[in-house]
Amino acid sequence: MIHLEKRPQPSQVWTVITPVLAVILTMIVGGMMFAALGKPPLEAIRTIFWDPLFHPQFAGYSRPQLLVKAGPLILIAIGLSVGFRAGIWNIGAEGQYIMGAICGAGAGLALYPSESVLLFPMMVIAGALGGWAWSMIPAILKTKFGTNEILVSLMLVYVAESILASVSSGLLRNPDGMGFPGSRNFQQWDAAANRELIANTGMHWGVVFALIAVIAAYVLFARHIRGFQIRLSGEAPRAARFAGVNPNRIVIFCLGTAGALAGLAGLFEVTGPAGQISIDFNSGYGFTAIIVAFLGRLHPVGILLAGLLMALTYIGGELAQLMLGVPGASIQLFQGMLLFFLLATDVFTNYRIRFGQGAA
Amino acid sequence: MKRRTLLASAAALSLAAGSAFAQDKVKAGFIYVGPVGDGGWTYEHDQGRKAVEAELGDAVETVYQESVPEGADAERAITQMALSGADIIFTTSFGYMDPTMNVAAKFPDVKFEHATGFKRADNVSVYSARFYEGRAIQGHIAGKMTKTNKIGYIASFPIPEVIRGINSAYLHAKKVNPDVEFSIVWAYTWFDPAKEADAARALIDNGADVILQHTDSTAPQAAAQEAGNVITFGQASDMAEFGPVPRVSSIIDNWAPYYIDRVKAVMDGTWESTDTWDGISTGMVGIGEISSAVPADVKAEALALKDAIAAGDYHPFTGPINKQDGTPWLAEGETASDGDLLGMNFYIEGLTGDVPN
Amino acid sequence: MDLSSINPVLLVASIMVSATPILLAAIGEMVVERAGVLNLGVEGMMITGAVVGFAVAVNTGNPALGFAVAALASAVLSLSFGVLTQLLLSNQVATGLGLTLVGLGLSSLIGKPYEGMKSPTLPKLDMGFLSDMPVVGRMLFSHDLMVYLSLALVIVVWAVLKYTRIGLILRAVGENHDAAHALGYKVVRIRMMAIFFGGACAGLGGAYLSLVRVPQWTEGMTAGAGWIALAIVVFASWRAGRVAIGAYLFGGVTVLQLNLQAAGAAVPVALLSASPYLMTILVLVFISARGAHGAPASLGRPFHASA
Repeated sequence: MIHLEKRPQPSQVWTVITPVLAVILTMIVGGMMFAALGKPPLEAIRTIFWDPLFHPQFAGYSRPQLLVKAGPLILIAIGLSVGFRAGIWNIGAEGQYIMGAICGAGAGLALYPSESVLLFPMMVIAGALGGWAWSMIPAILKTKFGTNEILVSLMLVYVAESILASVSSGLLRNPDGMGFPGSRNFQQWDAAANRELIANTGMHWGVVFALIAVIAAYVLFARHIRGFQIRLSGEAPRAARFAGVNPNRIVIFCLGTAGALAGLAGLFEVTGPAGQISIDFNSGYGFTAIIVAFLGRLHPVGILLAGLLMALTYIGGELAQLMLGVPGASIQLFQGMLLFFLLATDVFTNYRIRFGQGAA
Repeated sequence: MKRRTLLASAAALSLAAGSAFAQDKVKAGFIYVGPVGDGGWTYEHDQGRKAVEAELGDAVETVYQESVPEGADAERAITQMALSGADIIFTTSFGYMDPTMNVAAKFPDVKFEHATGFKRADNVSVYSARFYEGRAIQGHIAGKMTKTNKIGYIASFPIPEVIRGINSAYLHAKKVNPDVEFSIVWAYTWFDPAKEADAARALIDNGADVILQHTDSTAPQAAAQEAGNVITFGQASDMAEFGPVPRVSSIIDNWAPYYIDRVKAVMDGTWESTDTWDGISTGMVGIGEISSAVPADVKAEALALKDAIAAGDYHPFTGPINKQDGTPWLAEGETASDGDLLGMNFYIEGLTGDVPN
Repeated sequence: MDLSSINPVLLVASIMVSATPILLAAIGEMVVERAGVLNLGVEGMMITGAVVGFAVAVNTGNPALGFAVAALASAVLSLSFGVLTQLLLSNQVATGLGLTLVGLGLSSLIGKPYEGMKSPTLPKLDMGFLSDMPVVGRMLFSHDLMVYLSLALVIVVWAVLKYTRIGLILRAVGENHDAAHALGYKVVRIRMMAIFFGGACAGLGGAYLSLVRVPQWTEGMTAGAGWIALAIVVFASWRAGRVAIGAYLFGGVTVLQLNLQAAGAAVPVALLSASPYLMTILVLVFISARGAHGAPASLGRPFHASA
C-alpha cells in the first residue's frame, strides 16, 4: 500500500523541484500531443518556452510583452492570495476586474476630453473603488448573513458581464464610432492613456502596481500583524478567534483587497493594452489569476514567477500557432496539462509518500 | 553564455535558411476572430486564404492565427505576424481596427488589410462586402414565399452592418408582399449555437415561416428543418447541407478573388492603400444556388434582381424611402449614399420596434 | 406589440428542450457537491460529452450509443479531477478550472473532422393517446427520451439521497468528512464515485446539446452552459427538486426573452440575462439568513485521512 503522510512543514526542496518536474512532464506529454497532431514536438516545445525569450527575431518584442500579459495576472493573483490564505474563496475576480474597468473608464469618459494631469490618477482611484465595491457585495453578505462567498462572487461575474455588454453598446459607446459597440479608445487620449513608461520594456503602470503589490504582500505576510492574523484565520480559525481576531474584519479586508487590486488591473488594462471597453473586453484574466495564485502557492514571489510562466505559455503558444501552424486548441490543452501536472506534483511538497502498511 | 549564443545562432541559422528559401515568396498572414471551424465568418476567410495558396502555389506562403480576442491580444498577434516576415496581413474583424492601425504605424513596409473598418493609412487598406445586396434578394424570395406573412430575423448586434441588412431585406419583401411583417430578435452574439437555435424556435413558434439570420452558426437551419414548413437562407457560407429545404438560398462571403488580387499586387509591387466595398458585381457577395423548393417564376425574378444589381442598373436602396418615423430619407429615384449606408442606425418605414442601444 | 402571438404551449415545449442539457449537468454536479466536492470543470466535461457523443453518433448512426459513450468519456475525464483532488489533494477550485481548459482544448482537437457534419438525432417519442391530447400533448408529451430521462434522474437522485443508505452516507461525507471517516466510511472512494456520476451527467448534457438541441458540432458550442449548471445547483440550495425548477427557470428566462422579442416587445436584454444570477444570490442570502445550512459543510475542503 502507498499512502501519504503529511509533512510537519512543507518541504523546501520539493517546493523548488516540483515546478521544474511539472514543466518537464508537460514538455514530454505535450510533445507527444504535438507529435500526434503531426507537428514537430521538439520545435513546438522550443517555440513555446524558448523563443519568446531568446528568438533573435521575436524576443525583442515578446520579452516586454511577457510583462504586459503577466502584469494583470500577478496583480489580481496577489489580491486573491491574501483571501485564499485566510480561507476566503473569492473566485469572482473576473467580475471585479470588469467593474474596475467600467468604473475607471466611465469616470474618465465623463470628463472627456479633459487633458488634466489629475485625470488619470482619478481614473485609477475610480477603478480600484469599482472593483472594491463589487467585492464588498459578497463580503457584506458573508459577514451579515454568512452567505457563501465562493458562489456569490461567481454569480456576480455573470452580472458584471451583462453590465459590460450593456454599457459598451449603450452608456459608454463611442459617439464617433459609427454605431459600433465599444467605448472611445484611451490610447488616443493622452491624459487618460496608460502608456509604456520606458519605451520597449512593456513596463506600464499596471506592471509597476503589480510589482508593488508583490512587495507589499511579502511585507504583509512576513512582518505585519494583519498578515499573521490572516494566516491564522486560514489555518486555525478557532485559534484566531481566541487570539482576538475579528473574522468579519478579515473578510472585509481580504475581499476588499482582492477587489481593489482586480479593479486596478481592469483599469490599467482598459486604458492600456486593450484600449477600450468592448463587449468582450474581459479575456478571462480573473479566472486565470486563480490558477496563477495556486501555481505560485499563494506566496508573493511564487505568484510573480507563476504569472510570468503563464504569460510565457500564452505568448509562446501564439508563436507556435504562427510559426508551426499548431491549432489554438492544442495550446489550451497544453496549458491545462501544465496546470494538472503542477497540481499533481504539489503533493510531494506537503506530503511524504510512504510505502507499506500505513496507519491510515 | 556560450550555450546561449550557440542556441541563438543555431536558431538564427535555421531562420536564415528559412528566409533564404522564402526569399522570393510572398508571405500573407491572416488574423481570425473565431476558430477556422466555425462554419461561418472565419471559415470563409480561411477558404479565401486557401484559395490564395491554391492560386499562387509556391510563390506564396500563408500563415494564420485563429481565435484572437479583440483588444490587447490582437495587437500582439498582429505584431508577431509582422515580425515573422509577413508582407501582407489581413485582419478580419471590426474590433481589430485600432490594433491594426497601431501596428501598421510601426511597420511601414508591411501592407495591412482591415476588414469592415473605416480607418486607413498609407499601408492600411479597408475592405468589406455589400451584403445588403444579397439581403435584397433574400427579402424578395422571403416576401414571395411566406404564407404566414411573418418573417423572422435573427440579428446579432445593433450595428450599421446588421441594420442595413434588416432594412434591405424588409424593403424588398414588402415590395412583393405588402402584408409582410418582420419579427426581429437580437441575440447579442455572433456565435452561440444553442441560443441561435432557441431564437429560431421562438420565431417559428410565433408564426414566422421564413428565418433570416445574421449570426454565424447553422443551428437556426437545423431548428427550421426540425419544425418543417419553414425556409431559411445560409449566412456567410452556403450551408448547402441544409438544402433544398429549409435552406433555399444563401449569401456567401467570397473573399477569395479579393485576397488573390491583393496578394498578387504585393508580388508585383503595385499594392496601394484602397477602400474596397464590393458586392455582387465582383463576386465578393455570392448568392448560393436557389434551390428547387423555390417556384420557377420567383427564382427567375430573384436572378433578374441579382443581375440588375450586378450590372449596376439597380441599387437596393432606391427612393422613395422614408425612415421609420415617417420622415423622408430618399426622394423618388434617389439612391443611398455610401456614407448614409455606412452609418445606418435607423429602421425604415414599416418596421416595428426600436433599434436597441 | 402583440403578445398574443406567443403560444404558451409551444413556449413550454421549447423551454423543456432548452433546459434539459443544463438540468442534466446540474443534477450531476449537485450530487458531487453533496459529497463535499466542488468541481468547477462542468463546462469542460459538458463539451467533451458534446463532441464525443456527436462523433460516436455520426460514426455508428446510433444516437443512443452516442449518449452512452459521451457519458462514459466525460466520466473518465472527470476522474482526472478526482485523482488530483482526492488522491493527490490538490485544490479543487484550481483543478476544476484546469479541467475546463483541458476539456475545451481536447474537444476541439477531437472535433475537427466533424465540423459541418449532420448526425442522426433522437426521435420524438410517440406516447399514444398522451401525445394526442390537446395542449398538454404537444406541451409535455411530444419530446425525445432524454427529456424524460433527465426528469426521471432528478427523481431518482432525490429518492436515493433521501431514502437510501448510500444517500445517507454520501450526505454524511459531504457534511463532515472527518466524522464520516471516523465511522468507517471510505470518504475518498465515495467522493470518487460521486465525481464519476457528475461527469457522466455532464457528458449526457453536452451530448444533448450536440445531438438534439442544436444539433451539430462546433467548437466552443457549450458557450457557458456548464457555468450556468453550477449556478443552478446553488440556486437550488442543493435540493434535487429545486435543481429541476432552477434549470427550467434559467432555461426559461432565455427562451422567454427571445419569445418576447419575437413577439415585438422591447426587452431589456442585459437585465434579463443577468436576472437568474441575481435571483440566485437572493436565494443564497435568504437561506443563509434563515440560518439554515445552505452548502454542504465540507464543500471544497480537502480531506486527508491522517489530518
